[in-house]
Amino acid sequence: MQVEIEDLYISFPGPGGAHPAVRGVDLAMGTEKLAIVGESGSGKSLTARAILGLAPQGAVVRAKKLLFDNIDIASASPRALSAIRGRRAGLILQDPKFALNPVMTAGRQIAEPLRLHKKLSAKAARAAAVDLLALVQIRDPHEVAERYPHELSGGMGQRVMIAMMLAADPELLIADEPTSALDATVQAEILRLIEDLVSRRGMGLILISHDLPLVAHFCDRVVVMYAGRVVETLRAADLVRTTHPYTQGLLACLPSLNHPRRRLPVLVRDPAWIS
Amino acid sequence: MITVEDLRVRFGGFAAVRGVSFAVGKGKSFGIVGESGSGKSSVLRALAGLIRDWQGSILLDGAPLGTHRPRAFFRRVQMVFQDPYGSLHPRQTIDRQLAEPLLVHGIGDIDARIPRALDEVALPANLRFRYPHQLSGGQRQRVAIARALIAGPDALLLDEPTSALDVSVQAEVLNLLADLQSARGLTYILVSHNLAVVAHLCPLIGVMLAGELVETIGVDDLRAGRIAHPHTANLRALAVELEEV
Repeated sequence: MQVEIEDLYISFPGPGGAHPAVRGVDLAMGTEKLAIVGESGSGKSLTARAILGLAPQGAVVRAKKLLFDNIDIASASPRALSAIRGRRAGLILQDPKFALNPVMTAGRQIAEPLRLHKKLSAKAARAAAVDLLALVQIRDPHEVAERYPHELSGGMGQRVMIAMMLAADPELLIADEPTSALDATVQAEILRLIEDLVSRRGMGLILISHDLPLVAHFCDRVVVMYAGRVVETLRAADLVRTTHPYTQGLLACLPSLNHPRRRLPVLVRDPAWIS
Repeated sequence: MITVEDLRVRFGGFAAVRGVSFAVGKGKSFGIVGESGSGKSSVLRALAGLIRDWQGSILLDGAPLGTHRPRAFFRRVQMVFQDPYGSLHPRQTIDRQLAEPLLVHGIGDIDARIPRALDEVALPANLRFRYPHQLSGGQRQRVAIARALIAGPDALLLDEPTSALDVSVQAEVLNLLADLQSARGLTYILVSHNLAVVAHLCPLIGVMLAGELVETIGVDDLRAGRIAHPHTANLRALAVELEEV
């Protein structure tokens, strides 16, 4: 599996002309764990979703190259796209409360991609769904499979979503702020779970977040985005040695237990970052 | 200034808060950390008068508060919520929303107070006649703080005030809260699931688990690891591990 993006532009038409949200992003990744980090509005989610052909309605997407495993997403037919979405590449969203179907039990939601993509019988799909729930470390998978999303806690809902995305054995998993809606302890559990599953199954991972040190724990490489551009790409291990002031700022502005400061350093934005 | 003694909150058969006691002095900050469902927000909501059905006692400057809060209470104690998009009226301008507490409390001089309030939270004056959807998340949270402060309260109840914000904006809001506290001598009760955030602002921290305050710990002891309860140790270990790059 290879993702290649060259000179990606995504803009939204507005009353004052087109508003560019992603401006000339280059990105290449294979089977690795990649973090895309930036603030809201940096274009990190748009970039990752463009790989699945999931730009929001009204968005204008153009790129020199936008390839998922040599399939051109921009010109792919709806049929070719649906062969990628959910099957070869899964997307985990921020809040399971909104991403899961509220009137379908967890088990049936996980069974759906199995029936659709793997053509399993209803019975086999249901059994596989329970196995998947066990895989994402749900203690009582049979019982949880019968529950509706409102009967699940945030962490459990997120596990159900991960199970659903793993159902079709994808080659790439895109996790868009998968833990921002969760508690600190659950957050770490879910990220560990994702990291572990991705490593064991030899999948690629794109982890999108605004919390730089957090994702650095779970990824090999970090792409830092600012105002629609990639300002820096570096190995997670080299994060402490970053030379870019924006990356340094993102790291410094977090309150820390070990290194208390009276005032938190605030990002001073340099117009040069986007030129 | 605020004393809570043996506070209990029940929702039907579920005991959300099971006997919580703490006290915050004037101009001081008390932090409450805990996971979802630990009851930390219920404590704050009972304090704010948003939950009517509670037992125990809540004292403001030594005077016990009842379930019904008089208007004067809200002039002294205000609450800031996690999601500023949910707590601001989507179809009212910032001007209108900042004017409301002033009208409610019969405070005059509205035209002069609103620009001052915006200035105090470092928002440009031209935001005054905009709507919430035209502002960024950080700007909206500043508006929520400005609205809480405009009637001149002594205490703010802060429920996850930075959890919905980017880390860069979180730093700005935390600095703002610290500045406002030293300028106005405000008393804070801050609830968050993020231990580092609570420790940054509060010298004294209560750790909640399953409706109980299992430990009240000074921030220096917390940093040094002089911890009594395993849940506190757990939260600290996690915060320390994840903040190291």
